[in-house]
Amino acid sequence: MTRRNRTTTLILTFYCAGFLLAAIGLAVAASGDDAVARRSGDPALHEAWAARVVWACDRRKLVIVEGVRPDEPIPPQRAQLVADLLQDLMRYCNEEITARLGVDQRITVSARGLVHEDYLPGGPLPIVPASYGEPTRRERLIWAAALEKLVTEGDRLFHSDEIGSNGIACAMCHPHASGTHPETYPKFQTQLKKVALLRDMVNWCILNPLEGEELAADDPRMMALEAYILAQRNGKVIEVGKH
Amino acid sequence: MYRNNMTRKEIERRFAERRPEDEKLLRTLRNCDRRHFLRTSLRFAGMAAAASLVPHQSFQLVNVAHAAIPGASPDQAFRFAYISDTHLYDRGLDHRFVTSVLKAVEDVNALDPQPDFVLFGGDLAQLGRPGELELGRQLLGEVRAPLRMIVGEHDWYLDLGEKWREFFGPDYYSFDHKGIHFVALNSVVEKDFWTEKGYTPEERMAIVAGLDDNRQSPFEVGAEQRDWLQKDLAQVERKTPIIVFSHSPLYKLYKPWNFWTDDADEVQALLRPFKTVTVIHGHTHQLLTNRIRNIQFHGLLSTAWPWPYAPEGLPEYTVQMFRADPFNALDGCGDGAVDVLPNGRVDKHYNLWARNPRTVTAKQLAKRRPPEGGGHQGPSY
Repeated sequence: MTRRNRTTTLILTFYCAGFLLAAIGLAVAASGDDAVARRSGDPALHEAWAARVVWACDRRKLVIVEGVRPDEPIPPQRAQLVADLLQDLMRYCNEEITARLGVDQRITVSARGLVHEDYLPGGPLPIVPASYGEPTRRERLIWAAALEKLVTEGDRLFHSDEIGSNGIACAMCHPHASGTHPETYPKFQTQLKKVALLRDMVNWCILNPLEGEELAADDPRMMALEAYILAQRNGKVIEVGKH
Repeated sequence: MYRNNMTRKEIERRFAERRPEDEKLLRTLRNCDRRHFLRTSLRFAGMAAAASLVPHQSFQLVNVAHAAIPGASPDQAFRFAYISDTHLYDRGLDHRFVTSVLKAVEDVNALDPQPDFVLFGGDLAQLGRPGELELGRQLLGEVRAPLRMIVGEHDWYLDLGEKWREFFGPDYYSFDHKGIHFVALNSVVEKDFWTEKGYTPEERMAIVAGLDDNRQSPFEVGAEQRDWLQKDLAQVERKTPIIVFSHSPLYKLYKPWNFWTDDADEVQALLRPFKTVTVIHGHTHQLLTNRIRNIQFHGLLSTAWPWPYAPEGLPEYTVQMFRADPFNALDGCGDGAVDVLPNGRVDKHYNLWARNPRTVTAKQLAKRRPPEGGGHQGPSY
């Protein structure tokens, strides 16, 4: 065992002690499994066979330790597993998760009341909700594609003469959106004599060099242009008000 | 000379207050020789600075003096003027790009004495359309001095130069003038990216017209012209000064925007045997200076719009032009002139329409160390 692992274990042991104390107190106070069953709607808990429940302090995560009666102490090795598991699940801070630790030490979890799936501590949740929690690869791809679609449309508009009337396009002065420095907005735009947002300058350019018509802030074309301009400056430090 | 936020009254009052003094100074300037020049111009600068008329860093006293003593250069010296990158649309004579060309033509026609010729640095048209080229031909037809034309990518990729050559002749050529060997190149040759993809001529033109459109190929001079150049230069003495005109810079600055010539190294190698070589190029729409061994490079201003500087690769010999004010359609744009010195080197004038003019002299470029403030100083906000 490496030094780092030892330290981690030590810290977790403290957490574990905390969890267990809280859990035991609460389990007794709330007369155990029935309360859990009502709250989580997990029918498995109605079964009469031995299982002890340990809650995390956020009252959103719990581990059902199978093979241990509610009034029975959990053997130290399994108690450690429970503590580690709860600590691991705390990564999904806003999620309600029910975990099961089988007699064979197999771990399954159920998030948001969905079916139990095998779980490897440290890995992603087997069922990932649409918001919060760690996104799956599939979700990341979907989100990226949706963003890409908007940015691509912005790219097209930025390079097209269709939002103006005189043939001029944004990209003619701003290749790759250079010289737009969206990361400095809002700022006092000296020529406008007021604080401006990026979209105010976009509209100014549409009105003046492009001799086009102003776009509303929620116009899909304005959103696309803003998306494209900002995407070109990804990673730049935001410097609001910089001149 | 006067702050741009002054009211008309203020300007008139200031002018009236200062006129006798200014006139005396200007008279001195007109008659001044080298010895007097520095003293006079420093007084002038000091006065201006004391009156907070101009910020120190933008005061271009050298250029004022140059402008004040036309024709003062020695015998062999001569001047040619330039207009470049007009990007004309055929959308009526009140289009802002047309009025800009008219302004430039007025500028070069007002030069006294007249320049030996006027160089047009390419990108006459925006989308290579016959109407655009024809409009450009008519507008440039008003220039009093002889014209020397360079082709840009915006002129070329609709019909691969057919109309342009019909109007202006061959796209590469050479000529001799007052002891200088001039070479004009077509440096916007692109490898065929359109046939395989099945792009129409209009699509091909639109792609090339997008500076940041990566579907196109990098610019090059190409083997055909390099062969021609080699033969052309074989007849020229090594000590004869050479001035090359091209549209793209004949060096590698920033590939994503084609501020780039892919075979620049080969072209430079052909020019290396000559003692004095200058390249004057369009395309970059900004103050741009470089020196590579024996070759000095100067960019041209556009009359249509200024480009921002590339995010990387700016030569350290370039002192940046501060970003243009979008609210002033002429800012960062302009025209200018090139003074060819008796030694064949050039002083390059940038006649910026909304700012003090700037000059980059051969002497500055000959210094071993690049000028202070050169190269990239971070983004020019």
